[in-house]
Amino acid sequence: MMEILEGSHAVAEAVRLCRPQVVAAYPITPQTHIVEALASMVADCKLDAEYICVESEFSALSACLGASAAGSRVYSATTSQGLALMFEVCFNVAGMRQPVIMTIANRALGAPLNIWNDQQDSISLRDSGWLQFYAEDNQEATDLHFIAYKVAEDHRILLPAMVCFDGFILTHTYEPVDMPSQEAIDAFLPPYKPVTILDAKKPMSLGMYATPDYYMEFRYETDQAQKRAKEVFAEVGAEFAAKFGRDYSGLVEGYRLEDADMAFIALGSICGTVREAIDEMRAEGKKVGLLKIRSFRPFPSEEIRATLSGVSKVAVLDKNISLGQKGAVALEVRDALYGSGIDVKGYILALGGRDVRQADIKAIADLLEKGEGDQFFGLRTEVL
Amino acid sequence: MTEECELFECGHRACGGCGPALAARLIMKGTGENTIIVASTGCMEVFSTPYPETAWGVPWIHSLFENAAAVASGIEASLKKQGRDEHVVCICGDGATFDIGMLCISGAFERGHDITYICYDNEAYMNTGIQRSGATPYDADTTTSPAGKCSTGNQRPKKDLPAILAAHGATYVATASIAYPNDLIKKVQRAVSTHGPNYIQVHAPCATGWGFDGSQTMAVGRLAVETGLWVNYEMMNGEVERVRKVAHRKPVDDYLSVQKRFRHLYRPGRNEEEIAKIQAIADANARKFGVDLNVKKEE
Repeated sequence: MMEILEGSHAVAEAVRLCRPQVVAAYPITPQTHIVEALASMVADCKLDAEYICVESEFSALSACLGASAAGSRVYSATTSQGLALMFEVCFNVAGMRQPVIMTIANRALGAPLNIWNDQQDSISLRDSGWLQFYAEDNQEATDLHFIAYKVAEDHRILLPAMVCFDGFILTHTYEPVDMPSQEAIDAFLPPYKPVTILDAKKPMSLGMYATPDYYMEFRYETDQAQKRAKEVFAEVGAEFAAKFGRDYSGLVEGYRLEDADMAFIALGSICGTVREAIDEMRAEGKKVGLLKIRSFRPFPSEEIRATLSGVSKVAVLDKNISLGQKGAVALEVRDALYGSGIDVKGYILALGGRDVRQADIKAIADLLEKGEGDQFFGLRTEVL
Repeated sequence: MTEECELFECGHRACGGCGPALAARLIMKGTGENTIIVASTGCMEVFSTPYPETAWGVPWIHSLFENAAAVASGIEASLKKQGRDEHVVCICGDGATFDIGMLCISGAFERGHDITYICYDNEAYMNTGIQRSGATPYDADTTTSPAGKCSTGNQRPKKDLPAILAAHGATYVATASIAYPNDLIKKVQRAVSTHGPNYIQVHAPCATGWGFDGSQTMAVGRLAVETGLWVNYEMMNGEVERVRKVAHRKPVDDYLSVQKRFRHLYRPGRNEEEIAKIQAIADANARKFGVDLNVKKEE
C-alpha cells in the first residue's frame, strides 16, 4: 500500500513486517526514530518481539549476537559513533556466522563531532565480514530489509548484513513508499531456521578459540560465504522483483549507460542527484551515465567490469575517505577495472553533511573531462 | 548427575591445581545440564575450548572479553521469546568482571535479566601473564603492580563487586570458595533457581599466578577464609543473609607467607607495617560480616 512515510518509519515498518523476535538498540541521531518507532510497536502489541533497552551500542549488538545464537531472528540499528562502539562485536557476529540485520543511518565520524550524513561509518566496517547494502531512496531502504534477511539467513550464506541509508537525507525525509502487506512478506520471508543454536538438548561450543592451525580456514570460509552472497542476492532480488514488481536483482544498477562514454559511480542517496544531473547533461549532448553500487560487500567487481565495458572515463563519488589514501569506493573500482584501460578518478565530497547539488555533479564531469581528479571536491579553501 | 558424566569434563588444558578449573566443575554440578554457558575471554576459554576440542558438556558461547553479560541478556530474551527455560549462566574471570565488563554487567543487572553471573576470582589477569586487575588484593605483587624498592605491590584494595551488584538490584548475591565445594554448589543451585539477575563471586586460587604448589590449592583457598581475607556470605535483595563463621581466625601471615605474590612482605625482613595493614583488612571484614564465632556483628 502506498503511504507517505518518514524514512525511519518506513524502515521500522519494514522491520516489523520481517517479524524479528528480539530487538536490541541504543538511540543515536539520526537512527533514533527507527528504534523509537519499533519500541512503540512493541508497546502497542503491533510487534511481538522482546525489545531490550540496552545501555550502549556495544551491548546492543552483543545482545543481538546472543539472541541470534539462541535461535531468534534479531534486529538492531545504529550509526556513526554507535557503529564504532560496536566494532569489536561486528567482527565476532560475522565470525560466528550469525545473520543479524542492522540498519545503518549513515553519519560522519568524529572528531570533530558531526551528526550529519556521510558514509564513513559503514565503509570503515567493510572488512568485518558483514554484507553491506546501500539504498538510494526510502523505497529501496524498505525493500532491502526484506532482501537482507532472506540473503543473510540463507544457509549458503549465514552472515550479518547492514542495510545502509543516508542519515537525515533519507531517515528524516517523507517520501511515498509502497509498503508490502504482512501476508506478502510472510510468503516471501519464512521464519528463521538456524542451522545450529545454543540448545541444552544439543550442546555445542560456539566462539571457541582457534590456534594458527585453524584460524585461517575460518576466515577463508567467511570470505567464501561473502562471495556466494552475490549469487544469492541476485536470486533473492529476482524473486522479490517477481513478487513485488521492484527489481533489486542487480548488485549494481545502471542509468543511461547504454551509449555512455563517461560514468559516475556512487552509493546511496546521492545517486538521485546524479540522475537529475545526467538528464541535464544528456540534454546538453554529453554522453554520461550512472552506475549505482547497491552491494558494497560483497563487492561487485565483475558486474562493474561488464557494465562499464564501453565507457572510457569514470568519476567515483566517495562520501568517505581512507585518510592518507583515497576514497574507499574509488580504490575498489580501480581494482575492479584494473587493466581495462578505463580512466578512474575519485572525488571526495559531502563529508559531514555538506550539500551536493546537480551543478556540483556537472562540475565534477568537467573535472573528469580535463583529467583532474583524486581530490576533495567543494573544499572551502578560504577556511583552511 | 553422576561422577562418570561431568558437564565440565576432564581433558582440558588447565595448569595442575587450577582453582578456576575446579570452580567450573563445581559450578556445573550446581547448574545441571539444562544450562547455557556464556564465557568471557580468559584462562578458562583458552584451557577449555581449543578448537576443535571442548571441555563443555552444555551449550557454551564465548564472544569477547567484555560482553558476556550483554550476550547473556540477548540469549535470555531469545529463550523467553521462544518459550524455552534453560538457565543462562555467565562464567567469567575477574578481569572480565571487575574491569572491562562492568558496563555490560551494570546494564544487564539494571535491566533485571534472569541470568546468573559467576565470576571465578583468581585476583589478576592470569591468561596474559599475571597482571593486576580490580580484584587484585592490597600488596599483591603482579607484573603490572610489581613490588620493588619503592613499592610493596598493588596499592589499592580489592573492588567490592558484590556490593556494587547488590546496589544494582541483584536478586541474589553470594561469595563462595572452591575450598568449600558443597557450599559453592548449593549457592549455584540457589542462584539458577532464583528469578532475576544473580551474582556469585568464587574465590579460585591460581597456583601459577599466586606462586604456590598445585597440590595446595584447596589449602590456600581455605586459609583465605580462615584468616578473614575472604568471606563467604549470601545476600538476598541487598541484605546479608548468611555468613560463614570462623571459630578461631588465623593471622593473615598463615595465608600470605605461603604465596610468592606476597613474598616481598617477608624478604629481606618481615614488613610489620604492611602485614599489619593487611591484618586490618581481615579484621575489618570480620567485623563487617560478623565472621568471628561468638563475636557480635558490627552495627
